[in-house]
Amino acid sequence: MAKTIPFEESLTNLEECVKRLEQDDLPIDEAFKLFETGVKNAQRCQKSLQNIETKVERLTHDQHNNLITQPLDLTD
Amino acid sequence: MNLPNTISPPTILTISALTDLIKDTLEDNFAQVWVRGEISNLSVPASGHWYFTLKDSRSQLRCAMFRTHNRRIPFRPKNGQQVICQGRVSLYAQRGDVQFIGDSMEVEGVGGLQLAYEQLKQSLELEGLFEQQHKQTLPSHPRTIGVITSATGAAIHDILNVLTRRFAGTHIILRPVMVQGEQAASEVANAIDEFNSHQQAEVLIVGRGGGSIEDLQAFNTEIVARAIYASQIPLISAVGHETDYTIADFVADQRAPTPSAAAELVVKNRLELEQHLDQLSLRLQSSMLNRLQQIKDKQHNLSERLRSPAQLLKIKQQRFSALRQQLLVAFERHYTQRRQQLLHLSAQLDLLSPLHTLERGFATISLTSQPKKMVRTTHQLRQGDSINLRLHDGRAVATITQVTISEEQTVKQP
Repeated sequence: MAKTIPFEESLTNLEECVKRLEQDDLPIDEAFKLFETGVKNAQRCQKSLQNIETKVERLTHDQHNNLITQPLDLTD
Repeated sequence: MNLPNTISPPTILTISALTDLIKDTLEDNFAQVWVRGEISNLSVPASGHWYFTLKDSRSQLRCAMFRTHNRRIPFRPKNGQQVICQGRVSLYAQRGDVQFIGDSMEVEGVGGLQLAYEQLKQSLELEGLFEQQHKQTLPSHPRTIGVITSATGAAIHDILNVLTRRFAGTHIILRPVMVQGEQAASEVANAIDEFNSHQQAEVLIVGRGGGSIEDLQAFNTEIVARAIYASQIPLISAVGHETDYTIADFVADQRAPTPSAAAELVVKNRLELEQHLDQLSLRLQSSMLNRLQQIKDKQHNLSERLRSPAQLLKIKQQRFSALRQQLLVAFERHYTQRRQQLLHLSAQLDLLSPLHTLERGFATISLTSQPKKMVRTTHQLRQGDSINLRLHDGRAVATITQVTISEEQTVKQP
């Protein structure tokens, strides 16, 4: 596993933005920057949630014994 | 039986011959017996054979259970266990010991599989495989879900139903395996390893529908337990129905009672995540709006304060007019006082005024030639002089007809 998941990163960024923005005494410029970053990250998250294509595959081996996935049809 | 003739002359047997005879006798007569007893002196050497003593309150019997047979026993015998063994009686010729050779063994009152389950559970628990600290948290947002189950069972259909019904956007990879039978355990364990090498699935669901303990056997094996423990991918076990807990359930990062429930768990996380995301977006917006409102308030506040010089001026103006008023009042008072004083004085002055004297019937005289100069003495007058008389209510002009100077009157030079 150990795959970098941009989604998780975006989510963490978003959470960080919200947390910091919710603290008072932030210069307005900084607040705007945070807000912008937050919105960007939120959009990225939404996109990454929506962009997953639904597919059902099976894990199998090719002729060289490498693991591969193939479309799976269970309609039988 | 072929006992030697005991009638004379006596046949002298070698030890080997006799033990062979005894062995034959025993084996012929006790080829298939069932015996109940308590295990003691258990020893399991590297050969894999089991050696132990079966005993009851009065007697004991040496026993052996060879590898080829004990391999099929699902549990591990323990000293003190009450067991029922099936086998034959023989003689261990080298030592002349009577020995029971077991073919199978069952624990009294408990099925062998049940016992094996208990034992494996205990030993893995002792080893720490079930400990909470080893549990991985399920990913909040699994996009790729690995499923290890039979391609023909109900489990995969249940899982797909939940996953595809609930939300769009899931990548499901099935690794079809046998879920029961001889090969099941190693196939399941292999599949877990494969998903870990493949490195695509972010969460694994391993399971099958419910069944008897025999049906669920694959999920009660050490090989599967260890594969689950070793998995870097968070794993949900989903074996059987509510009440069946398998070893896999204990080792898994999360246990679901059924395959559908496992899928629900994944979905739930996803829905929670979407909600969380919405919440975050809202909080982002509202805190920004708050910030803006704050700024607006502050600005409003400041511009309020900015107007204060005008107010200051107003205050000074007010102060000024108050002072002016005070001054006017003071002046007026002062003026009135002075005026009264003046009146009083002029009244006093009036008393001393020559006009006042004139009123009493006196008149002033001045020469018409010198109207400004009062005539005070007769020495100033000559006969024929024109004089001005001033009385209290008017003037008159007259001519001197005679001047008489009183003798006693001292002449005063004007």
